[in-house]
Amino acid sequence: MNQLWEAVLWCLDPARWTGPSGIAARLLEHLGYTLLAVLIAAAIAVPIGWWVGHTGKGRGAAVAVSGAARALPTLGVLTLAALLLGIGLVAPMTAFVILAIPSILAAAYAGFEAVDRRVIDAARAQGYTGAQVLWQIEVPLGLPVLVGGLRSAALQVVATATLAAYVGAGGLGRYLFLGLKTQDYAMMLGSSLLVVVLALVLDGAFALAGRAAVPRGVTVARRGVTA
Amino acid sequence: MNWVLDNLPLIADRTWAHLATSLPAILAALLISVPLGWVAHRYRALNGPVLTGAGLMYAIPSLPLFIVLPALIGTGVRDVVNVVVALTLYGVALLVRSVADGLDGVPPEARSAAVALGYPPLRRFLTVDLPLAGPVVLSGLRVVAVSTVSLCTVGAVLGIPSLGMLFTDGFQRGILAEILTGIVLTVVLALVLDRLLVVLGRLAMPWARKTAEVGA
Repeated sequence: MNQLWEAVLWCLDPARWTGPSGIAARLLEHLGYTLLAVLIAAAIAVPIGWWVGHTGKGRGAAVAVSGAARALPTLGVLTLAALLLGIGLVAPMTAFVILAIPSILAAAYAGFEAVDRRVIDAARAQGYTGAQVLWQIEVPLGLPVLVGGLRSAALQVVATATLAAYVGAGGLGRYLFLGLKTQDYAMMLGSSLLVVVLALVLDGAFALAGRAAVPRGVTVARRGVTA
Repeated sequence: MNWVLDNLPLIADRTWAHLATSLPAILAALLISVPLGWVAHRYRALNGPVLTGAGLMYAIPSLPLFIVLPALIGTGVRDVVNVVVALTLYGVALLVRSVADGLDGVPPEARSAAVALGYPPLRRFLTVDLPLAGPVVLSGLRVVAVSTVSLCTVGAVLGIPSLGMLFTDGFQRGILAEILTGIVLTVVLALVLDRLLVVLGRLAMPWARKTAEVGA
């Protein structure tokens, strides 16, 4: 418990927060990596997932990709990318995006599949075109599931970004590995606590976003059922 | 390929260490999740807190958890126990929901029939509820096995032996073949465990073949 207290003191020292390699800068760097990686991964995975969910084509491949990716070791992908692409942001970012894609892809098509077929049949009967079904029914109704996928992807990247300091990237992992090298347990533990807090805050933010993503009509319908 | 042939003893060593770390964690996660999942299923008031706690647990990144644990349980930073405990916690976080869901799905008629036949609570749980919840628990266990084997490699950056050491060593010395070997072996190990669980499930629950295939 004493060690935890020392780590908290390490985190709270204002002198450590400022400067180009201060805690604030590393925290922003970590958050920046996460948001950028999720954004790039979403730009790739969401259109593919929506296409798979809308047309039902390539479903087997999408399921296989998102399932097999669970077995992929993050540290292996990270070191492989670093060795192939060299020092710099490109290598870790490539690894982050590769690791973020599967959960977003799975959520994008699973969200569409969770839409009640009768709703889509009703829309078609009313003369909705394929594009209208996609944008006015499948996308909004599948959104909460998609946000859940973005949430898993973001948490995955936060965790992997901590490891990325091992291959020379920035972020909060820098302090963690510096503490490991210099046997400064307060620094290791302090930076670990910061990563945990960052992950939990992101998790909470995505949980709120997921709730906000439920279309108003669905919320009203659910309340109507329970009332 | 040459690297693999020249380093077979090292690879065997790392694979063994990997199994010795991940298998106890998977087993412990199962043993803890069954009573905990039962509590979440049986006592509605505890359902929310248990499942929320499990969700938060799962949000915590692995490397920081490996480092926070020593301060809580008094181990050293490079102690393999940290990894086993952390992997167990992640396993419980995933599996407790499967156990609760599985028990929720047991048909009330089956339960009533057991009560009517005079089964005492523990016997009913072990011989009626748990087997019927089995397929759902098994699909959760398969996910846990795969993610545990994959997460186990992270300990390597702290110097804890596993297949992950092929990544750290391969990176430090610039040996691409070593990293690739590590990735392939980790994935293969995870898939072998997954298949093994499916086979064990078929032997233990011959009535549920279709459900086990569809699950996960």
